[in-house]
Amino acid sequence: MSIDIETAARVAKLARIRVEDDALPALAQEFSNILGFIEQLNEVDVEGVEPMVSVEPMRLKRRQDGVTEGGMQDKVLANAPDAREGFFAVPKVVE
Amino acid sequence: MMTDLTSLKISEARDALRKGEVTSVELTEACLKAIDAADALGAFVHKTPEVALGQAKSADDRIKAGDAPDLCGIPLGIKDLFCTKGVPSQAASAILDGFRPEYESTVTSQLFGAGAVMLGKLNMDEFAMGSSNETSTYGNAINPWRRGNDDTALTPGGSSGGSASAVAADLCLGATGTDTGGSIRQPAAFTGITGIKPTYGRCSRWGIVAFASSLDQAGPMTKDVRDAAIMLEAMCGHDPKDSTSADLAVPNFEAMLTGDIRGKTIGIPREYTMDGMPDEIETLWSEGRRMLQDAGATLRDISLPHTKYALPAYYVIAPAEASSNLARYDGVRYGHRAKLAQGDGIAEMYEKTRAEGFGPEVQRRVMVGTYVLSAGFYDAYYNRARKVRTLIKKDFEDVFAQGVDAILTPATPSAAFELGKQHSDPVEMYLNDVFTVTVNLAGLPGISVPTGLDRQGLPLGLQLIGRPWEEGDLLNTAYVLEQAAGFVAKPSQWW
Repeated sequence: MSIDIETAARVAKLARIRVEDDALPALAQEFSNILGFIEQLNEVDVEGVEPMVSVEPMRLKRRQDGVTEGGMQDKVLANAPDAREGFFAVPKVVE
Repeated sequence: MMTDLTSLKISEARDALRKGEVTSVELTEACLKAIDAADALGAFVHKTPEVALGQAKSADDRIKAGDAPDLCGIPLGIKDLFCTKGVPSQAASAILDGFRPEYESTVTSQLFGAGAVMLGKLNMDEFAMGSSNETSTYGNAINPWRRGNDDTALTPGGSSGGSASAVAADLCLGATGTDTGGSIRQPAAFTGITGIKPTYGRCSRWGIVAFASSLDQAGPMTKDVRDAAIMLEAMCGHDPKDSTSADLAVPNFEAMLTGDIRGKTIGIPREYTMDGMPDEIETLWSEGRRMLQDAGATLRDISLPHTKYALPAYYVIAPAEASSNLARYDGVRYGHRAKLAQGDGIAEMYEKTRAEGFGPEVQRRVMVGTYVLSAGFYDAYYNRARKVRTLIKKDFEDVFAQGVDAILTPATPSAAFELGKQHSDPVEMYLNDVFTVTVNLAGLPGISVPTGLDRQGLPLGLQLIGRPWEEGDLLNTAYVLEQAAGFVAKPSQWW
């Protein structure tokens, strides 16, 4: 399957990665190559096969619904590029 | 007093420490000195001498007090993918520049709890995406091995390239790695060391930067099989913080190295003979078959019919999971945030931050993952790949049900290649993992053992694949192969 420039631009947008317009044709070509490789999967008869959910059949453990850790706001914010007054700060979202 | 402390194996150092022939501080200082002299290898990217010496002093106190687990006082390198408290942990990505975790990964915390010493953080491919360590924000890690007298720089493999380079060059006694499609086993094979990826669920993934959560597993990279057994045991175990970690007892793997594999059945999969495979790899493989047979194992030709589809399935599933996992790098909570222009809003912040912070291969995989998960393509790509994954796992289940105990294959389709050579086509680079990736898709344990040199003097490895949760048995078979191969070659020091 060949990926066109509009599709490449749409995928970049969905992935929230800025791609300049002049880089889109090369990106579309790379996608096309990779998807061409992936398309070998169409040769496999998967009729009636369950898609794998978990590689080892394990029952997920449950724990008590209780507070385990918390009260460490300073640690949570310690690595933030911009933290103010106990919050993560970002550019204005609503007008 | 021993002369060359850094070349000790973990088992040798453990015994010497317990006998009082050496202290952990001496071992650690020797490694730190070797590391400082080996910057040309690009293996250690964050050195932590203060942490190391502090841990070494405590380890010496513990040993004196008679409380010495196997790893007590042993200096290790830690792959940059593991979060280590207060120490840079950035998955070799610029997007995690400056990130210093406030917590310790479960695996490293188990290692340090057992008294192990952290020398520093090791180079790797960015977010573990790569097979040559060339996607790292720190620059390349270099293989200590060279082709004879040719000084061409070779890759140590990837993604755990720094770990492989550091262990092979005797900068540390062992190192942690992680393996999503071959990232422990391929670099181990390229550098003449041993690396095991345990069964999915053996090691907790908590605190390890996630790439593809259904495939990622941590494991040790060591100088021999015994060391792998010792280190793996300390890394394994149930962790309530990782719901996929198995609540199973961890055996004493070292005690299972009996050297006896009489009566075991070793499967030889016909699909692992590839067109254009170098004859040296063919020879290595047939030598390995003979060694196991001579040790009393029975060889059986087997078929794993869906092998061919493992790489394409992997390159749907791994990018899909990566696109979800890497969504967290948004410039809000940690790491890099792009400088914004007047009027830029939150969408520009995300897009610019991720464009600046992620390298080209990571961007490519995140976008491929986004595409295969997007509306209209989810069934055609993602669900189909998950169905193929079911079939790949069933291939293995069928041969194990027929009495096969382990499977012998080459570890890689070639010896270590030149840095800078395989950039033109990402798909060509993906083929490096052709023998290893099936094991991740099926969740099985796999180990790479060095068994020979090619005619240019580069190490080559064989892979053994075991039944789920039977790492002890697998390590024992690998031990037999190691003893028979008698691989003792070391790279000559040029760095």
